[in-house]
Amino acid sequence: MTDLAMPAHKSVAFVRTTPAPRVPRPPLPGGPLHWVRTNLFPTPFNGLLTLLVVLLFVWTVPPLVRFLFIDAVWMGTSRDACLPSAANPDPGACWAFVRTWFSFFIYGPYPMAERWRVDVFFALLAFGTAWLLWLDAPRRGLGAAFFFLVLPVVSFVLLSGFPAIGLPTVDTASWGGLLVTLVVASVGIVVSLPAGILLALGRRSTMPAVRLFSIGFIELVRGVPLITVLFMASVMLPLFVPPAWSPDKLLRALVGIAIFASAYMAEVVRAGLQSIPKGQYEAANALGLGYWRTLGLVVLPQALRVTIPNIVNNTIALFKDTTLVFFVGIFDFLRTIEIARVDPNWATPVTSTTGYAFAAIFYFVACHFMSRYATGIERRLAAGDRR
Amino acid sequence: MSRAGSAAPTVPLWRRPRVRSLLWQVLLCLAVAALAWFAIVNVTENLARAKIASGFGFWNVTAGFDISQTLIAYSAQASTYGRAFWVGLLNTLLVAGLGIVLATALGFTVGIARLSQNYLVAKLAGWFVELIRNIPLLLQLLFWYNAVLKALPDIRGSIAVPGGGFLNNRGLFLPDPQVTAGGPVLAALLGGLAAAVAFGLVRERLGALGRGAPRVVVTLLLIVTPPLVAALVAGSTVSFTVPEMGRFNIRGGLEVLPEFVALLLGLSIYTAAFIAEAVRAGLMAVPKGQTEAAHALGLRRGATLRLVIVPQAMRVIVPPLTNQYLNLTKNSSLAVAIGYPDLVQIFTGTVLNNTGQAIEVVVITMAVYLTISLATSALMNGYNAWITPTER
Repeated sequence: MTDLAMPAHKSVAFVRTTPAPRVPRPPLPGGPLHWVRTNLFPTPFNGLLTLLVVLLFVWTVPPLVRFLFIDAVWMGTSRDACLPSAANPDPGACWAFVRTWFSFFIYGPYPMAERWRVDVFFALLAFGTAWLLWLDAPRRGLGAAFFFLVLPVVSFVLLSGFPAIGLPTVDTASWGGLLVTLVVASVGIVVSLPAGILLALGRRSTMPAVRLFSIGFIELVRGVPLITVLFMASVMLPLFVPPAWSPDKLLRALVGIAIFASAYMAEVVRAGLQSIPKGQYEAANALGLGYWRTLGLVVLPQALRVTIPNIVNNTIALFKDTTLVFFVGIFDFLRTIEIARVDPNWATPVTSTTGYAFAAIFYFVACHFMSRYATGIERRLAAGDRR
Repeated sequence: MSRAGSAAPTVPLWRRPRVRSLLWQVLLCLAVAALAWFAIVNVTENLARAKIASGFGFWNVTAGFDISQTLIAYSAQASTYGRAFWVGLLNTLLVAGLGIVLATALGFTVGIARLSQNYLVAKLAGWFVELIRNIPLLLQLLFWYNAVLKALPDIRGSIAVPGGGFLNNRGLFLPDPQVTAGGPVLAALLGGLAAAVAFGLVRERLGALGRGAPRVVVTLLLIVTPPLVAALVAGSTVSFTVPEMGRFNIRGGLEVLPEFVALLLGLSIYTAAFIAEAVRAGLMAVPKGQTEAAHALGLRRGATLRLVIVPQAMRVIVPPLTNQYLNLTKNSSLAVAIGYPDLVQIFTGTVLNNTGQAIEVVVITMAVYLTISLATSALMNGYNAWITPTER
């Protein structure tokens, strides 16, 4: 206090009265060289790792590109095109083989004249899926009704036939390829979502018998491999019903997949139900809503919304698991490739690898986009928390 | 309108919650019972019509089929279906056990690499996970088996493995170590392992008090010394039977089936991608302040990871890790696709076809997997309780 009160001219202190000139800010470290230094060579050990990874790229990427594109055979009608020749001493992927068998991969042995029905099914499925997945779509309730009620009935009539309206019957034994993969996956979803919700509710029920039954079912199915569930459906189911009702092969596999998917979906839904605070139930009760109205109007709309990413992830798993119907004699997409790759007309050293590469690309693209969608939804749902 | 003060309002019987709940439960039980009764009646009729035996009598019937990989003595003529069951179960456990070890090692490496400060390493790990997770396991198994291992040279063009082994499209043939008087050595090894585990557990508790012994050295000594001492005392010797190249086949040595290699590779790589995601999520769940505090204390990156981050991350990692171990074990049943003789291939495959006793065979197989699942869950839950740091 006393210092400040002193007259300025008597002080030894220097008080600046004009602002200092502006100095430009020091340059931030930047540029590509700085990026390389911090991201690729931060420590000697990391530098070594970088070199190893680069070496790995050099060693694997060019042969892969050569195999898939440069040396690949695109045109041809038989194995001769894909055998080593003077023009192409080391042939890569035999895409000509995939082109020849392509329609078999999509439709299986479905009768040629009736394949438009499969195309219509694909279109309807794409339409229903888009309606359901696009969160801002108009009338989403109607979309759900379309996907879970209309689509299954229409698809069944369309695919298996209905002679009365001029659609000849097509036996499920001649369904195959992508068609079967999509049928199995969508039946899995259409059945497992409602069944999973019921099982999840049952597991959280206050009624001991209901809870015990739900827990028993869920844990039993989740504790065993899908393959044993499929075997059970395929060899035991026919024994459980009178011979006249004996289900055909595809239906048996569908039952197995539906049972399996329901148990897993139940756990996903249960996680969503657990995320709803108790206050929501209490508030609904205070308003005089009963059990089903509390669920339908308050709890499920919130729980299912936060569960969408997990439901999609579960669907990815289910989509990959559909390949297992292979074991009970169904011609799914992968099985059609297994059949085609041993075709003597196309017996070359690269046929198997080409077939597997094609299947891998197909599954990868499908699953990748589903998981991108799930991540997008997750980000959108988290937007509320980021405020 | 009964508004008489003290009398409780009369609610119709069917509107009372307890009555309703009881009613629903009775209905459910009746429905399940009816379904079961319907199934049992049909099964009895169907089996009688098809003249299929029921019961577990087949267990002691001679099997009459060969198995390509047997860990215990087995022969088609002398062994029973029951024996075949144990062979299959052991094969499943072998591939699952090895797969878990490999998948854990690879998964932790990839998971940590995804968070590396090295751009290329992190990207590479990310691509690996994305690629492997999005391709069905069955396709990967078929690829490894049909496109990689079956494409190896045939027996005449065998690739020589250093140390006297061969690699061809019939498998990997390695020198087989033969230990005389192996019993005591094995017992000593098991004893040493048990001692090492006990030491680890005790040290965990003592270490918290700051009185730790050098862990790695003591553990290694505990594992290595007893078998060596036992071998010296019992005077056992080790000799190798080296595989010999014949004209049409390879004789002697230890044969590793290509089916086994393909299954092990496919399972480990597929599961590793999922483990990597669990590890990444666990590491990211540890608050950044922990890393900063450790750095402020002068710990290096490696020490920070080992002493601060991983112990805390483990409680987030262990539950999904358990799930992945169980998935790997269950997925080993895809062995059917490539013909590795696991439980499902032998039992629900060959035995089911030979006996026709679908219900018994499928129920036994399911019971085995269910037991493994429940036991592993219990074990890992115990481990999780053990590693969860005590919070004040």
